[in-house]
Amino acid sequence: MRFVDEFRDAEKARALSAKITSLCEPGRQYKFMEVCGGHTHTIYKHGLEDYLPENIQLVHGPGCPVCVIPMGRVDDAIHIARRPDVLMTSFGDMMRVPGSGGNFFDSNAEGTNIRMVYSPLDSLKIARQNPDTQVVFMAIGFETTTPSTAMTVLRAAEEGLENFSVFCNHVTIIPAIKAILDSPDLRLDGFLGPGHVSTVIGCRPYEFIPRDYSRPVVVAGFEPLDILQSIYQLMVQLREGRCEVENQYSRVVPWDGNIVALRAIAQVMELRPYFEWRGLGFISHSAMRVKDSYADFDAERRFAVPGVRVADPKACQCGEVLKGVLKPWECKVFGTACTPETPIGTCMVSPEGACAAYYNFGRFSRQRVREASHSS
Amino acid sequence: MSAPTDREQQVLDRIDKARRRRAKVREERVTLAHGSGGKATQTLVEAIFLDAFRNPLLEPLEDAATFTAGETRLALTTDSFVVSPLFFPGGDIGDLAVNGTVNDLAVSGARPLYLTAGFILEEGFGIEDLVRIVHSMRDAAERAGVDVVTGDTKVVQRGKADGCYVNTAGVGVLEHSHALGVATAKPGDAVLVSGPIGEHGVTIMLARGELDIDADLESDTAPLNGLVADLLGAVDGVRAMRDATRGGVATILNEVAKAADVAVVVDENAIPVRDEVRGASELLGIDPMYVACEGRMVVVVDGAQADAALAALRAHPLGEGAAKIGRIVDDPPGLVLLNTAFGGTRIVDLLVGDPLPRIC
Amino acid sequence: MCLGIPGEVIEILEDRPDLARVSVSGVKRAINIGLLTDDPPVPGDWILIHVGFALSKIDEQEAAAALEFLESIGKAYEDELAALQESRID
Repeated sequence: MRFVDEFRDAEKARALSAKITSLCEPGRQYKFMEVCGGHTHTIYKHGLEDYLPENIQLVHGPGCPVCVIPMGRVDDAIHIARRPDVLMTSFGDMMRVPGSGGNFFDSNAEGTNIRMVYSPLDSLKIARQNPDTQVVFMAIGFETTTPSTAMTVLRAAEEGLENFSVFCNHVTIIPAIKAILDSPDLRLDGFLGPGHVSTVIGCRPYEFIPRDYSRPVVVAGFEPLDILQSIYQLMVQLREGRCEVENQYSRVVPWDGNIVALRAIAQVMELRPYFEWRGLGFISHSAMRVKDSYADFDAERRFAVPGVRVADPKACQCGEVLKGVLKPWECKVFGTACTPETPIGTCMVSPEGACAAYYNFGRFSRQRVREASHSS
Repeated sequence: MSAPTDREQQVLDRIDKARRRRAKVREERVTLAHGSGGKATQTLVEAIFLDAFRNPLLEPLEDAATFTAGETRLALTTDSFVVSPLFFPGGDIGDLAVNGTVNDLAVSGARPLYLTAGFILEEGFGIEDLVRIVHSMRDAAERAGVDVVTGDTKVVQRGKADGCYVNTAGVGVLEHSHALGVATAKPGDAVLVSGPIGEHGVTIMLARGELDIDADLESDTAPLNGLVADLLGAVDGVRAMRDATRGGVATILNEVAKAADVAVVVDENAIPVRDEVRGASELLGIDPMYVACEGRMVVVVDGAQADAALAALRAHPLGEGAAKIGRIVDDPPGLVLLNTAFGGTRIVDLLVGDPLPRIC
Repeated sequence: MCLGIPGEVIEILEDRPDLARVSVSGVKRAINIGLLTDDPPVPGDWILIHVGFALSKIDEQEAAAALEFLESIGKAYEDELAALQESRID
């Protein structure tokens, strides 16, 4: 596949790996956070950590939109879906995210009709085909996904569809990064910026990180060589005493983002005063809601939503894992009470969550795995 | 990366122990995940069915039970088919129902002889569609050299079933002395697949029409008994065969690793995947390793005979795309490891449920 | 977060100018290009697809530059390895 396979070449990875190693100062430990869950996925899927020297550690950040949805919002969604006239649509990722009384699959087993879609536009099609059914799209995602929901609402308005609405759970990445940077127990040397979010918001919104927090940022692509190269760029910045925002993913990310997409979001949505994030608590101005002018398409206004608030389970230490203070295995319930089959916390929910990724791919000594895989 | 610290190792050991605990169904109701072939299915089968029916023939949870009646060694299996849509590029529920049961017998090393056919039909189902399904069952049976010798029909009220469900059971005879079973895999063995993976599952996903994706793809549904006969005739070192249906090749490899208490090491570069399957999988964010095939099998064979086995597979039209994808080693037991095309290493675990299209 | 896949624009749909037929390894789907109205793609362009929408056009020159950089690092690495081997022979 073009623009994919070229960036998965093992030869080039070996060379980059040697370069990265040569940039390490002896005795120094480096911690970089990949903000985006997609990066976490790439890192584990390709076994990228095999190319990193021991003193570089990757901390998996909060950028998994599924993982950060609090239980209360899942409960609210199920509450809407329980209405007999409602058909809810959702991305596949949301289906296994637990609410306090189970996930969407469990809810379907009890009679709701929550269907998976590939695109919000598919929900629109379902709404057109079923005029007597209220079709509610469970909207999740960071700025990458928000424009698609906005465009879908605009289209629904244009067509005058009366049976379509969105349950808006779109979140914004910058306040989450800020929450992590403001944490007193944080120790990070730099950030891999979320490439696909940046196609929309551009690279400027990260400029406060080097300016106010003296940490370098490299906006990174999603193929394994993209990530290795971004780590290399971070190491070069540290070595040269520079601290700035760089764009490794320039083949896809324009420095100023996508103006049309930002306009579409601004037309349909506005910031909420605050929003609860699973594991991180309430963060102000960190999520979007539908504007008054599109209230007809807002499921929260169309249906009475209880606005349930369910506290994160006490035993769960997701917040610490998300901030990079704890490694997944250091959490008290990791792997025993909290597993991918029965996730307690956000990080175990989606395959991109830090804990699920570690559980599925990383839970064995890498050395032992490596030796085994190269023995004959 | 570094070796784990003592404390990390303790946590990892605790998890390993927890994973080996007896399966328990936690849900109060059956969910779709219980039918996906992944961890949830395994838990349901072990905790409820195996627990109730436990006996030495069932215990290995092979594709078919093998036993002796009089002087004859026989294999018996059953399978139900609930595919939606009923008709898809490359086949329909009818040939799937015949091939599925023929394949379960074939990979157990048996020559399939007779099939049963049970139909559950929904009130209002088109007779024309039923005829089409039954005719493709007849054609598939003819191709596989088996006869459908008994059957059953039930009709349920409109809305109580999705058109047509088919159950088939099959009996076959074991005519050779190979002791087959995934538990017999040994370090030094080679792992083969009989062709490109994931075509059936992706075809079905696209045929449902909900994703609006077009691809020039057909289901790989086919009877494997001829291919198996050629393979067993050519080499005597075959340890096990499994047709890679629900849960895909990854699930089969995990079954091998667990049953034989060995590690399976697979090379990503060696796994045959058609471009269209790869494209659709990338677009949907799923891994072809977990996608169902209906005419492909995984073969574990004595490493010394891997080349001969591969040649035997490739000589058959259904095995032209066969490849050696990995090998068995002793440590770490119970795990499937993947050498990625990128040059890294990772674990290939069982999925909890069906592979779901993802956006993140 | 946010799975994004590169695909090649095959055609712009005549009756729906906001939709393009896009191919990913021979797999085709209609993709909404309404977010690229500032610089609309034409057949032959590559775009990044996310949940049925094109988020950006892929800049082939930037991609080539990135690969060139990776090549140069690879080349330097090979030279170093070669030098290392020669020094061992001495």
